[in-house]
Amino acid sequence: MEPTNAPAKPQFSAAAQDEIKRIITHYPEDRKKSALLPVLHIAQAEFGGWVSPEVQTLVAETLDLKPIEVYEVATFYTMFNLKPVGKHVLEICRTGPCMLRGSDELTAHLERLTGAKVGGETSPDGLFTLKEVECLAACGFAPIVQVREKYYEQLDTPENVDAMLTELRNMVHRPILPWEALAQN
Amino acid sequence: MGRKLLTEHINVEGIDTFEVYRKHGGYRSVEKALKTMTPDEVVEEVKKSGLRGRGGAGFPTGMKWSFLAKPEGIPRHLVCNADESEPGTFKDRHLMSKLPHLLIEGMITSSYALGANTSYIYIRGELLYVLRILEKAISEAYANGFLGKNILGSGYDLDLHVHPGGGAYICGEETALLESLEGKRGNPRNKPPFPAVQGLYARPTVVNNVESIAAVVPIINDGGDEYAKLGVGKSTGTKLFSACGHLNKPGIYEIELGVPVEEFIYSDEYCGGIWKGRELKAVVAGGSSVPILPKELILKTAAGENRLMTYESLSDGGFVTGTMLGSGGFIAMDETTCIVRNTWSFSRFYHHESCGQCSPCREGTGWMEKVLHRLEHGHGHMEDIDLLVSVAKQIEGNTICPLGEAAAWPVAAAVRHFRDEFEWHVTHAKEAARPGAVYPGKAVLA
Repeated sequence: MEPTNAPAKPQFSAAAQDEIKRIITHYPEDRKKSALLPVLHIAQAEFGGWVSPEVQTLVAETLDLKPIEVYEVATFYTMFNLKPVGKHVLEICRTGPCMLRGSDELTAHLERLTGAKVGGETSPDGLFTLKEVECLAACGFAPIVQVREKYYEQLDTPENVDAMLTELRNMVHRPILPWEALAQN
Repeated sequence: MGRKLLTEHINVEGIDTFEVYRKHGGYRSVEKALKTMTPDEVVEEVKKSGLRGRGGAGFPTGMKWSFLAKPEGIPRHLVCNADESEPGTFKDRHLMSKLPHLLIEGMITSSYALGANTSYIYIRGELLYVLRILEKAISEAYANGFLGKNILGSGYDLDLHVHPGGGAYICGEETALLESLEGKRGNPRNKPPFPAVQGLYARPTVVNNVESIAAVVPIINDGGDEYAKLGVGKSTGTKLFSACGHLNKPGIYEIELGVPVEEFIYSDEYCGGIWKGRELKAVVAGGSSVPILPKELILKTAAGENRLMTYESLSDGGFVTGTMLGSGGFIAMDETTCIVRNTWSFSRFYHHESCGQCSPCREGTGWMEKVLHRLEHGHGHMEDIDLLVSVAKQIEGNTICPLGEAAAWPVAAAVRHFRDEFEWHVTHAKEAARPGAVYPGKAVLA
């Protein structure tokens, strides 16, 4: 008999399944594996901002891959979080041009304000995870923080930093994902 | 102000929509190419234009296209490299988010020239919002008959898709990009075979940068000869420079190649000089991987002439007194910049982004970062400075892909031009390790 307290196996929403079907058509029929990175992005957005081993296995089943093929890719690319994260993941750019415009100070400031340390730690209130990342390709508007698909630029003044954190704190619902929006239309 | 070929309409409201883009002359190159030119004629115009790859290597685009193998019965592909991740370089993100249809138009015209029926835009994963913009524009192009079957009744079919990466600088290297597009880790491939023979899915493939593909649009509209009239010598046309660091007006500038570096930095038309009224100390002119130059050498060539924003002038004197135009990522540093700290930052980047496939790069990038970290934090020794140069030399030329060189050159150049400052970090370790400490001396001019 199945143990009744087994955790529910993750399942993609209907909208995400439709999106995955659409993406798979972009590649030759015998090259379904090509859809792996786009599908991992969908999975991460659907399942709380990280890809657990169970979610990686789900991705493998969806694309007819072996789980190891998903693991080895998920661990290579820095955008996939392999452990739980807070509601908002703040990716602070620390590379040369951002450093020249004060990213070190910004990092220290954000650590003070959120109570989390950079390096993937989450604030005690569960709202913010702080990550230092390499170049975000917005060097002219440095220093920068990326939160999901949004760039917060020129965070060299306390006002700009406060405005960003306030906006994120007030975000009651998670943003609607693009494929959910498609399904609603 | 010189002519703008790519960004002329960038600030027009609604230019990201098909309708407005079309009103401003959009998709003319597709009509012209598909209705009046053979694919070979399109390639010929690109050759005549003298266009050189805008992603960093500067290889002639038309020549690259003519290397494409064309065996019968095997599909071939055009892949746009939109994995812009080099520190200092942020032009493609801007171009794609503001003018998505320009890239799509370039993709259609270029795919026609190459005989590709399925093309991909590989965009860096961090730019998911730009991916949405491109996808919307692509669906508009399909709806208006510029993509899909029998485009404009010409008999030519093309499907275009956007593919996101997952956050890996190495995927900007073309063979790593193709591996990633196939759903694998982004480990660069051994070459040969080159992608032109065996690329995506082992089929003949051309990989071009976003800006190169966008430049095909004005080249076909006005003709390759007209394009070649702009610029200086073998540096033809216009180029986007992304300027950042300690400038009054950082941002993205499309300039006709040949503007003097001094004018680019100081004139109000461009970067407006150094911020806070300070002095310029050094410049990295083409993205973090190219050698850094102190003020004196970036403004004047080895021959003592004004240095120009061209491929040739920026590299004048080789790596001893010159640098590279690269991707056009222009990073200016003021007099308060700590070169050791900055070099450490770049080293940390390359160590983080090394894919780990080749030992010299995997081990060497980490080694350089470690040595630079201890120099910066006051634990360095005099021998460390030569050690840095030695490690850089041992990486160079010994790796599958150019990430090794990209990691080694900035370190070797920083020591070459700022050796005194590295030595000061040993002799005045405690002082130099303080946050914001500034070396009081001058750069060593090679």
